[in-house]
Amino acid sequence: MTAYLAKRLAIGLVTLIVASAVVFCVLEIVPGDPALLMLGMNAEPEALATLREQMGLNQPILLRYLDWVSGMAVGDFGRSYTYSSPVIDLIGERVLVSLPLAIMALVLSTVIALSVGIFAAARRGRPADTMVMGVAQVGVAIPNFWFALLLIYLFAVWLRLVPAGGFPGWGAGVWPAIKALIMPAVALALPQAAILARVTRSAMLEVLGEDYIRTARAKGMPRRIVLWHHALRNALIPVLTILGLQFSFLLAGTIIIENVFYLPGLGRLVFQAITQRDLIVVEGVVMLLVASIVLVNILVDIGYAIVDPRLRTRR
Amino acid sequence: MKTIKSIIGGAALLLATGTAVFAARTDLVVGVVLEPPHLDPTASAAAAIDEIVYANVFQGLTRVGRNGEVVPSLAESWDVSDDGKVYTFKLHKGVTFHDGSAFDAEDVKFSLDRARAEDSTNAQKQLFTAIDTVEVVDPATVKVTLKAPQGSFLYNMGWGDAVMVAPETADANKENPIGTGPFKFDSWAKGSAVKLTKNPDYWGNAAGLDKAEFRIIPDAAAAIPALLSGDVQAFPQMPAGDALAQIESDPRFTVKIGATEGETLLSINNGKEPFNDIKVRQAIAHALNRDEIVAGNGSGYGTPIGTHFSPANEAYVDLTGTYPYDPAKAKALLSEAGYPDGFTATLKLPPPPYARQGGEVVASQLRQVGINLEIIPVEWAQWLEQVFKNKDFDLTIISHTEPNDINIYARDDYYFDYNNPAFKEVMNTLEATADPAKRIELYKTAQKIIAEDAVNGFLFQLPKIGVWDAQLQGLWENSPIQANDLTEVRWAD
Repeated sequence: MTAYLAKRLAIGLVTLIVASAVVFCVLEIVPGDPALLMLGMNAEPEALATLREQMGLNQPILLRYLDWVSGMAVGDFGRSYTYSSPVIDLIGERVLVSLPLAIMALVLSTVIALSVGIFAAARRGRPADTMVMGVAQVGVAIPNFWFALLLIYLFAVWLRLVPAGGFPGWGAGVWPAIKALIMPAVALALPQAAILARVTRSAMLEVLGEDYIRTARAKGMPRRIVLWHHALRNALIPVLTILGLQFSFLLAGTIIIENVFYLPGLGRLVFQAITQRDLIVVEGVVMLLVASIVLVNILVDIGYAIVDPRLRTRR
Repeated sequence: MKTIKSIIGGAALLLATGTAVFAARTDLVVGVVLEPPHLDPTASAAAAIDEIVYANVFQGLTRVGRNGEVVPSLAESWDVSDDGKVYTFKLHKGVTFHDGSAFDAEDVKFSLDRARAEDSTNAQKQLFTAIDTVEVVDPATVKVTLKAPQGSFLYNMGWGDAVMVAPETADANKENPIGTGPFKFDSWAKGSAVKLTKNPDYWGNAAGLDKAEFRIIPDAAAAIPALLSGDVQAFPQMPAGDALAQIESDPRFTVKIGATEGETLLSINNGKEPFNDIKVRQAIAHALNRDEIVAGNGSGYGTPIGTHFSPANEAYVDLTGTYPYDPAKAKALLSEAGYPDGFTATLKLPPPPYARQGGEVVASQLRQVGINLEIIPVEWAQWLEQVFKNKDFDLTIISHTEPNDINIYARDDYYFDYNNPAFKEVMNTLEATADPAKRIELYKTAQKIIAEDAVNGFLFQLPKIGVWDAQLQGLWENSPIQANDLTEVRWAD
């Protein structure tokens, strides 16, 4: 197990280093002068030159890369060009929105997906299965931002139960903050749940057709135990894979939902930073997302090993 | 006697509390599309900064009022010497910054010297170039001496970039703005909202709101439910799109279509063939049907213009008839210029709907006269880099939102590359003229020169589509300067 883990960690580290080089180079090539964007159309050349100097944009590229990487290693992600505050603080504020939102959405989608998937698999071919999977098919097809707008008009404009968007901050109290995240979490979770439910169902069905299930049933084991104990555990590997992918998506790919609910999350931060050419923020956020995806993958790998003991000793 | 007094006192107290229960609300949430990069108006061109702090948090010596007029602010009055070079400002007494420190002539000297210093990164440094010296006469009097008379000096001092800051707090204003205005900065949740509270020690008339929040809502799809649900009570510039009609018919809201200082242009690269030929530019002008362009600009609103000047300004001349819509004439002019079969060119369009959607209309109109445009959508950063900085473009659509900026046509090496000594002469005379009547005449001459030279395709003045709760009073209808002045805003009882 230790060797398995060490190998996964080493791969993760290499991924991070390669990613940092790629991210930095790509953003260097992108056209656009952050100083010009800040000072606008009336800027005088000397004011521009002063600002470029202040921002450290005149130093050689390799030096800036090394500065950046060595800074990150000790937790210093640099200072935002547009917001004049440290990148790590900006990210910190946004993670407090994005991470709870991603976790809420993930829990919601997993609970729904596993119950629906198992329910449908156990009733394969019966009307309940057809109906549930039909609904899931619609869920996969619905764009989440459109679904989000429906939720807003129903619960915020018409019923006025929750705010139409925005995030009051955790300082305003736990309940108002959670309340602001409920609709976005539901909007994010349902399409994900639909996908996951389909995966769960087909993985379950595959396992249910295996010989050992028939053997277990044949020796008189109750149907429920076979389903939950033998089948589910073996069906979890593909489910975990999708779950890992979904968590990465929920953390990084929620920009559209963040826009619809005007939530100050990571997606908005990076989108805004790109349009402002606030490259140091883009680089910082992208690296954080790469790191979190690497971490999630490691966790998923560990999850595989827990579910399937054979993986722990292989190679 | 004593008892009567106390009874009256008690009744008064009762009345006071009674009215307090029924008093109008004193909080407001304003929706804004763009988040400011920081909150220091002296360190960035971003309109999003001024739209929060101008007149609310920060004040200058003068200020621009709701109809574009220059009125006193921190300076209660001023004298101008006969040669127009020395301005003596009398400051209001008893003014304090939000941190409690006093505002006096030393702060004025500091603020102006800081903005015009060599290492200053003020985005509008040209506002201060005329200043020669700033002297403190006494704590309530400042004498500003100019290098040469400048007619627009008092107007310049009313820009957000010329607000008064304190030496102790100036460098921290980006994150914690400390000004002299009727509202104090409270907090800024990045990506979410900027909150202001009423300044209890304000020197002038107290604000009618206790709390004001500027909530950042970048998406049109989010703005409309935010308004309908009552979460946000005012959008001074509503990204409403097609939903505007629905809001207009709703009695809960007031919709005001006002004017901005944004001249929306089909900018032409005057230095590049074939656009360096005036006949080609005239042909383009004749090919443009402004009413159709306004109808297709994304909001359907906007006043057609024939020159680079705001129709709201008293010096404005309607020159839309200089080169009226006439495709046949446009074709004839192209033939005269040596392009009987027309030509191909590119049209670079930045992200706002007025450009992206208006650009489609412009392209189809120019195609009618034989000019085939290849539309190239660009991001803001690309636009600034390619079009504005490197002049790598043929045509582009852009709104020039700085107020009173016809002087950009006198700039050397500006992006549309126009060069006319006669125009520069008019601008130089204008700079040295203080007499308002003469200034208006000069502005009129300047407008005519650029209209006749067909420097750019002059399309329309960008509208300000303001939407707010019908009970809310005092918001600006027009936008003579980038600001959302809340000083006179209050809820109806």
